[in-house]
Amino acid sequence: MVIARRAPFVLSGALLAAATIAGWGAPAQAADAPPPPQRAGVLQIRPSSVAFDRAGEACQVTIANRGAGPLAVTAVRVASIGETDFTTDSVPRRTLGPGESVAVTVVYRPRATGPRQSFAALEIEHDDLPGASAGPRVDTIALRGGEGRFLLTLLVFSPLFGLPFLLLWPRGRERWLRWLALAATLVPLGAAARMLATFDPAFARAAGNFGYQMVQHVVWIRAFNVEYHVGVDGLSVGLTALTALIATVAAIGSWSIPLARNLRGYLSLLLVLETGMLGVFVSLDLFLFYVFWEMVLVPMFFLIGLWGGPRREYAAIKFFLYTLLGSVLILLAIIALYYASRSTILVDGTPAAHTLDIPKLVHLNDFDQHPALLGFKFANLVWVLLFVGFAIKVPLVPLHTWLPDAHVEAPTAVSVVLAGILLKMGTYGMLRLNWAILPSATVWAAPVVAGLGALAVIYGGLCALASVDLKRLVAYSSIGHLGFCLIGMAALTPIAVNGAIFQMLSHGVVSALLFLLVGVIYDRTGERGLDAFGGVATVMPRYTAVFALGFFASLGLPGLSGFIGEVMTLLGSLGRFRAATVVAAFGLVLAAAYNLWAIRRIHFGALPERWRAVLVGRDLDGREWASLLPLVLLALAMGLYPAPVLELSAVNVSDLLALFGLPVAGLGGGL
Amino acid sequence: VTGGALSNAASWRPLIPELILAVGTIAVLAVGLGRRAASRGWLLALALGTLLAAVAATPLTTEPFISVRQEDPGAMRGLALFGGLLARDGFADFFKLLFGAAGAVVVLSSFASREGRGDEPGDRALGGVLAPAASMASPAAGPPSSGEPRRGDRDAAEYAALLLSVVLGADLMAAATDLLTAYLALEFVSVLSYVLAAFGRRSRRSAEAGLKYAIYGGVATGAMLYGFSWLYGLAGTTELAGVRAALASAPPLVAGTILALCLAGLGFKMAVAPFHTWCPDVYEGAPTPVAAFFSVVPKAAGFALAFRFLVGAPEATLSSDAAAAVVTGQGPATVVASVLAVIAMISMTLGNLAAIPQRNLKRLLAYSSIAQAGNLAMALAVGSPAAERALLVYLGIYLFMNLAAFLAVTALVRAGEGDTLDDLAGLGGRAPLLSLGLTLAVLSLAGLPPLGGFVAKFAMFSATIERGAAGGGPIFYALAAAGVANTVVSVYYYARVAKVIYFDRPRAGAPARLRVPLSLAALVGVTAAGVVALGIYAPPLTTLAERSAMLWRGP
Repeated sequence: MVIARRAPFVLSGALLAAATIAGWGAPAQAADAPPPPQRAGVLQIRPSSVAFDRAGEACQVTIANRGAGPLAVTAVRVASIGETDFTTDSVPRRTLGPGESVAVTVVYRPRATGPRQSFAALEIEHDDLPGASAGPRVDTIALRGGEGRFLLTLLVFSPLFGLPFLLLWPRGRERWLRWLALAATLVPLGAAARMLATFDPAFARAAGNFGYQMVQHVVWIRAFNVEYHVGVDGLSVGLTALTALIATVAAIGSWSIPLARNLRGYLSLLLVLETGMLGVFVSLDLFLFYVFWEMVLVPMFFLIGLWGGPRREYAAIKFFLYTLLGSVLILLAIIALYYASRSTILVDGTPAAHTLDIPKLVHLNDFDQHPALLGFKFANLVWVLLFVGFAIKVPLVPLHTWLPDAHVEAPTAVSVVLAGILLKMGTYGMLRLNWAILPSATVWAAPVVAGLGALAVIYGGLCALASVDLKRLVAYSSIGHLGFCLIGMAALTPIAVNGAIFQMLSHGVVSALLFLLVGVIYDRTGERGLDAFGGVATVMPRYTAVFALGFFASLGLPGLSGFIGEVMTLLGSLGRFRAATVVAAFGLVLAAAYNLWAIRRIHFGALPERWRAVLVGRDLDGREWASLLPLVLLALAMGLYPAPVLELSAVNVSDLLALFGLPVAGLGGGL
Repeated sequence: VTGGALSNAASWRPLIPELILAVGTIAVLAVGLGRRAASRGWLLALALGTLLAAVAATPLTTEPFISVRQEDPGAMRGLALFGGLLARDGFADFFKLLFGAAGAVVVLSSFASREGRGDEPGDRALGGVLAPAASMASPAAGPPSSGEPRRGDRDAAEYAALLLSVVLGADLMAAATDLLTAYLALEFVSVLSYVLAAFGRRSRRSAEAGLKYAIYGGVATGAMLYGFSWLYGLAGTTELAGVRAALASAPPLVAGTILALCLAGLGFKMAVAPFHTWCPDVYEGAPTPVAAFFSVVPKAAGFALAFRFLVGAPEATLSSDAAAAVVTGQGPATVVASVLAVIAMISMTLGNLAAIPQRNLKRLLAYSSIAQAGNLAMALAVGSPAAERALLVYLGIYLFMNLAAFLAVTALVRAGEGDTLDDLAGLGGRAPLLSLGLTLAVLSLAGLPPLGGFVAKFAMFSATIERGAAGGGPIFYALAAAGVANTVVSVYYYARVAKVIYFDRPRAGAPARLRVPLSLAALVGVTAAGVVALGIYAPPLTTLAERSAMLWRGP
């Protein structure tokens, strides 16, 4: 039992060792160079165990002298970044004779229960190899405690497990490919369910580990101080789970892609896309974040460009170039932040001049004092670079023009993923990087952000109102809905920010639902024009019911999820940005107008004769129910009883807002 | 021995990798000229064995190096051979590995490109070594006369010997620490390259390529030689260290003139703007494996020499302050650095913009490699330890991605297709693995993660921004911004390659399935896998680059 419990630690230790000794060509010592003085002692560190379990325990590290001369050990201490749960007994300065050894006991006692992991390094100061430079040498050994879970790593990479099966599946049995892809998305869905079950909503920053849970943390590329660091907190846990769900829904929604159109490739790309999206939400290292961020780009390019509508190539290239432009701005900002960061130690205890670690950038660095860059305040300049990069993804008016094209041309399931998850990567990125790392610049820019949010709400609403294509209407409505997010995030009040996060989740559910609904009728008729329909309710009543529910959720009808997010953002923002909030509130009217109008134009009135043959007797089938039902239930549940979802983010939003020096009260009893 | 110059007699031992190459070259020639029995298989084995032996000998003969700092045993100071004519240090060793690997891949692909085909019309003229070039040959090239049965074998031997010699010359370029050896090595590489470019003897385009290359190269290296003569007059020595010190104290007009002249020769090898004009014509006209070779080996050798020449290692001749400035890469940009930064910006912008309208794949890759040279030239402008490591990492990854792209074109031509963008149409369905390899290569060249090209660009851009943040001045921010903006521009044509492969429909009458020789497909696969592997786990390369760097962080 003990061994089984320890296995992950042993494995992670082995990984760590592999990373440490990576590289080849160990330098050969000079043949005729003066040999090291024989008198000196040679340090050897022997851990009996460097892993600890959750309950906390002690481990011994043996410091031995393998050399022929004496070895002076001048200090032994625990070094860590931020708070640590490791302590060690003080070892008095002593000299070890040849062959002598001393045991140091390290104690791990977590100050809080909960799913967490601790990292620190044991530093041993000694005089091995003197003469090279004055002063003592320091050797370190990595310490790790807590739950060494692979859950998030499994979650992120499990979609890729399906790839070999998909690609090597025998010809002639392609009909099973869809089931295979569905199964491949069920693995991360299961992992996400486990993640939600394990997630402790009360786990605040004060509980340690910077407030992140289920962390996995190893060195990746030492040359750039890049680490593989994943973890979730209240900001990301909901979006991570939603991603796994939407991917499954998209796999079901892809059933209508014909075998002849290279289904194998389509499903493979969908799985790669899922890994990229999940990775963005769990990354806690800027390099890793960027890699996943970009990993989304290429599959999306091919998914739109190969399986899309008539103007798919134009839409795909436009999407690619637009979002890449945003990405490179983010890359510049990441590098600038890196070089402005303070020195630190990596997770295995080696010193690093700079860091890409998001928690360390947030909590151990203050970029306000950094010297001006090209005449601009450093924090503000970097903030703008990041914001523009993320705004393209959101997308914010006037950087939105790729979105309608991409949505209109993309196949249904890809639109579902695009609207459900990809757009949220932009708003999430703002919260995770702009807001958390550069709070003062956020306060500086908040009025503009709120204004842009209000503009997006109105512009998106007006464009949706003017759309004659149902899919384009839904695409523009996304722009409006995310405008609410922006206003809420800019307001920096607990209610507004929690509302914004709720709105992201709600929009993920609702917009995915709407695109699926558009797909239902498009599959049957090959037509999406609002004016081409009418009277669908008479032949497809069940479809009409779900359609109405989806569009009601989109317009913010109380009892459905859209209402909660919009009301919370507006209420939370009213005190801070009155004008923007009032303007955005008019957006609700616009939303009501275009949504209701869409329902009326498609479902009521007279059914055109040409559709009678294709629509009569073809109401929603089992597969469509399977993809729609989870989203319908979620939209209802989140609207009727939002508390569990709000609870996920409340504590960590308070932590986030504490960075701004604003009131840290949670949601209070108001909800 | 503390890094002092070795005597002539003692200098041969550290020169073993070069000696292996020299002996191998002669052996290949001898076998080719010798008895009838010497088949192409033997030649291939001999050439490949020579290259691999030279690569293997490189880490095995590092023994006499001296670790300069005990805490950092990775940092090596080199040995000065032949009284300071050549250096044997980590930097040169890195390039030996790079050139050896590139040479091996090119030799293999050149030979592989004939496999599965007999001596066809036109094929013979090229010794059967270069089937791609054969298919480009003018239709007028009739069946070969039966009077020269071993013509092909002899050509194959000449070809292999030329390739090995260029690798040898490139090794020497990377090791040169004296104006004399620098010039000799550079001319050695250049002259042999002219011959290689014109190796498709019956192809007018190949002949034109060789001629253009020769004329342009003659002028460029001539200008450089003239610059060297000024340098010698100024410094009174031909050692790079002394020359650099003299240059630093020369009047600006003199220093500027000299630098302009020297940059002509170095820029010609690196193929950076404005010395790039030969590049598209030569790549297009030369046989595809040769173009692949040109795009990696002479270019990387040019960068190695330019880095030694323009940045160099902290030498005893420099004052300690100057040495510290070189080591840490701090301080404001010098005029030289600014000029190099401008060259880098022009090169990447021009290369990328010119690549957009290209229809011929080899021309497109030529302009792409000009743009990549602009990215690489950022390291020369920045000149910090981080920039040196970035240069090595970039070149290491560039080797894989650029070779993968050129190998894919080689395979395409070998399979009987043309070398234009239109020939790629619908390739995704006609040759799935080849398409995947080419797509990965171009997306990596564009710098998209999780492919190797991203690691390379990240290293380069971060070194540039670091220099800017360390007080280098706005020029470095401008350089980084230009690099990033160019990434977006480049994606336009790189992504278009992927687009044509997968989105477009094949030409009418195109074969439904391409027959690509297994060995070529395997080479594309290996290089493309390298691109992916280095993107996902770069530490083997970054560690090697760190160990190989001349400059190191200050104490």
